[in-house]
Amino acid sequence: MVFWRSKKKVDDSAAESASPSEAPVQGEAEIQAEVPPEQPAAPAPAAPASAAQPVASAAQPVAAEAPSSTAADDPPAKKGGLFARFKSGLQKTRQALNTDIRDLFKDEGRLVDDEFLGELFAKLIRTDMGAGPAEELRDDIAKRYRGRKVQLSDIIGSITEQTREMLRQDAAPLNLPGTPSVILVVGVNGSGKTTSIGKLSNHLVGQGKKVVLGAGDTFRAAAVEQLTIWSQRIGCDIVTGKPGADPASVAYQTVDKAIEIGADVAIIDTAGRLQTQSNLMQELDKIRRVVSKKIENAPHEVLLVLDATAGQNALSQASGFSDAAGCTGIVLAKLDGSARGGVILPIRRQFQLPVKFVGLGESIEDIAPFDADQFASALFSD
Amino acid sequence: MFDSLSEGLQSAFKSLRGKGKLTEGNMREGLDIVQRSLLEADVSYPVVQDFMQHVSERALGKKVLLSLRPEEELVGIVQSELTAILGPVDSSLHLKTEGPTIIMMCGLQGSGKTTTCGKLSQLLKEQKVTPLLVAADLQRPAAIEQLKVIGQQLDVPVYAEPDNKNPVEVCNNGVARAKELGSRVVILDTAGRLAIDEELMAELAKIDKKVSPDQVYLVVDGMTGQDAVNSADAFNKALELDGVVMTKLDGDARGGALLSVKHVTGVPIKFIGTGEHFDALEPFRPEGMASRILQMGDIVAAAHEAHRIVDDREREELEAKMASGDFTLDDFKNMMEKVSKPGLMGRMMGLMPGMGQFKDALESDEAAGGIRQTIGAINSMTAEERRNPKVIDSARRSRIAKGAGVQTPVISQLIKQFEFMKPMMQAMAGGSVMDRAKMMSQLQGAMSQGNGSLDGLRTKGSTGKRLSNAERAKMRKEREKLKRRKKRQGK
Repeated sequence: MVFWRSKKKVDDSAAESASPSEAPVQGEAEIQAEVPPEQPAAPAPAAPASAAQPVASAAQPVAAEAPSSTAADDPPAKKGGLFARFKSGLQKTRQALNTDIRDLFKDEGRLVDDEFLGELFAKLIRTDMGAGPAEELRDDIAKRYRGRKVQLSDIIGSITEQTREMLRQDAAPLNLPGTPSVILVVGVNGSGKTTSIGKLSNHLVGQGKKVVLGAGDTFRAAAVEQLTIWSQRIGCDIVTGKPGADPASVAYQTVDKAIEIGADVAIIDTAGRLQTQSNLMQELDKIRRVVSKKIENAPHEVLLVLDATAGQNALSQASGFSDAAGCTGIVLAKLDGSARGGVILPIRRQFQLPVKFVGLGESIEDIAPFDADQFASALFSD
Repeated sequence: MFDSLSEGLQSAFKSLRGKGKLTEGNMREGLDIVQRSLLEADVSYPVVQDFMQHVSERALGKKVLLSLRPEEELVGIVQSELTAILGPVDSSLHLKTEGPTIIMMCGLQGSGKTTTCGKLSQLLKEQKVTPLLVAADLQRPAAIEQLKVIGQQLDVPVYAEPDNKNPVEVCNNGVARAKELGSRVVILDTAGRLAIDEELMAELAKIDKKVSPDQVYLVVDGMTGQDAVNSADAFNKALELDGVVMTKLDGDARGGALLSVKHVTGVPIKFIGTGEHFDALEPFRPEGMASRILQMGDIVAAAHEAHRIVDDREREELEAKMASGDFTLDDFKNMMEKVSKPGLMGRMMGLMPGMGQFKDALESDEAAGGIRQTIGAINSMTAEERRNPKVIDSARRSRIAKGAGVQTPVISQLIKQFEFMKPMMQAMAGGSVMDRAKMMSQLQGAMSQGNGSLDGLRTKGSTGKRLSNAERAKMRKEREKLKRRKKRQGK
């Protein structure tokens, strides 16, 4: 995710790498589509080879390695017996037999075999997109290219492009129709709600908007102080309640205050809660109700703050918080680390929740509107 | 996705069994399910691959291939391997006999370091040791205040220097203060940082060097995904960890990241955090965690949870009542009230092996409404009716129904349900462990079958469990037997 920082550089290199890599892949796909009789032939050579494998492995364990190893000058067993040497000698022939006829005379590129697909799968899983989507993508590639010679980078490039397309559709800016508009921020403990609110407010203030914060996290020790410090840094109003006060009442007062001083946006913080704590989830619903009594259609935005390091549990979070609080978008926090945040792909698919902002650090300006292009290219990069 | 690994394997092997002998190729299908289950639980891919190699070696042995229930064998292998990797257990804090023991907490932002500091203090206080908390998180706004508030709540001293921007100095001064105070333990709460932030990692290493803590604990969020390997590795390289604490395991996260962390660091896992309160820190149990990662339920945790709801004396009274057959509708109501706390029943069921499928059914509003209705109906009865429901005739029934605001059939249903449960309860309380286990399975069967008239607990629609005709017949026989026995005892 280091890519996020150097925006210019990424765009250039992404454009460079994407356009040439994309073209051949798509071209190949088209060729394949034009020659339907060829299609069953593609997986066919691979099938007998894999069927033969158990037999071979029973006889000689080293031999089982041979078909999966692709580099020709990498004999699997240098000191192996006669049979092994014979096998490795046959390697080239075997590889040729496994290769699609269209790629036989291509020098570079790798054979799409189990090893190749395994490597691809590792890259996909690494992003936290989950086993299901990763398997789907891998199987799709296997269906289209098995037995052919390709560049891993080309395949990744085409997947990146698909992802980019998918994410680009939901470029959704904050919906702030009224004065004031209300933003409710929810999420599990430690996902980065308060920090995100601080950065988001600063972002909005920078756009010339008048912001009021509501310190609705009355549970965690010093959460109110934390938000107060942010409000002082930004120079905006804040409404606080006593520790242990009803967060709904703080939300109500915040909206009141926003109307009173003619603010453009009221942002309400909530205490972190796990999506399985149903009583705490009901509390969110109460906050919603209370706010909507004051202003119709409020809250206009319910942002779910997700930790980019989170794994598959983020799906459960998205579902739980959507049910209870009616989320309208996601803030993907902590994307400045080594985690990729790929879990938003299945979330996007299942819940149609767009990512609106990404958090990129602890300082006040470390927030950016979500950029599908950058996200997609960083997702599968090394 | 399958609800649990064992269910997934069961269905996979069921279809395989039809094809005759189990072969290596077939077994691979089962292994794929295992792999997928681990990935769904957020175990990092390289770790999964390594783990699967171990499991495959054992699973492809003759013993498994020839066994009658290969899915059980496979689950057993996976579970024992997981337990072996996650162990051994060492949840002691290794306090020095002389001078203060320095414990340093580190981790990513928002993993729960400060809360865990509080929980550790609570644990130490229970052992009659008062620690000194040192607020070394100088990054996040109000982190010092948070620790101070926690210190106040627990009555534990907190050392902080709000104006000092150098965490190394703060830690050193904190340790010096601990020596003055004669504290036996110092807990350093460091700032959250990203593993790739070299500057902050160097700062952490500097604290390690200058303050030389005796124990360095990494706090890991239970919901962490694939990145766990990278961050844990970076922390381990910078600091040489001594232990790991995994937090936020009170939710539905499966916590597979723990396997990744254990794999790369090799240090023992000390505690798991299971709630926001200070006593919600449990010593780590590898068996429980293995079951959790595989989504197989954890009977120990379920028992623990049950103990939290009902105290021992109450439970003994209830059991005595159940055993003697004195179990009345009043007691039934009490029980219902205990379990009707929101989310509780679902959590219990989620923890019980094999009961995961009822989780959703029990957590729904419909189920909660059913329980409320039952409690309301019992409230509308007289004391005598509650003691002896047999006296309830049609006139009484309509009176009760009116009082509870329900239709009369609901009352008849409730009484029927109670009469059905009573002998079971009696057997449960009085019988041996075997009897109880049998009864449990029977109850489960009755519930999933849908004719057990446990309507207060059941929602409409499928419960997901399918029984064969033979199983159903067996269940019916068991029930009949029970009824006969009850009749004999009654006469």
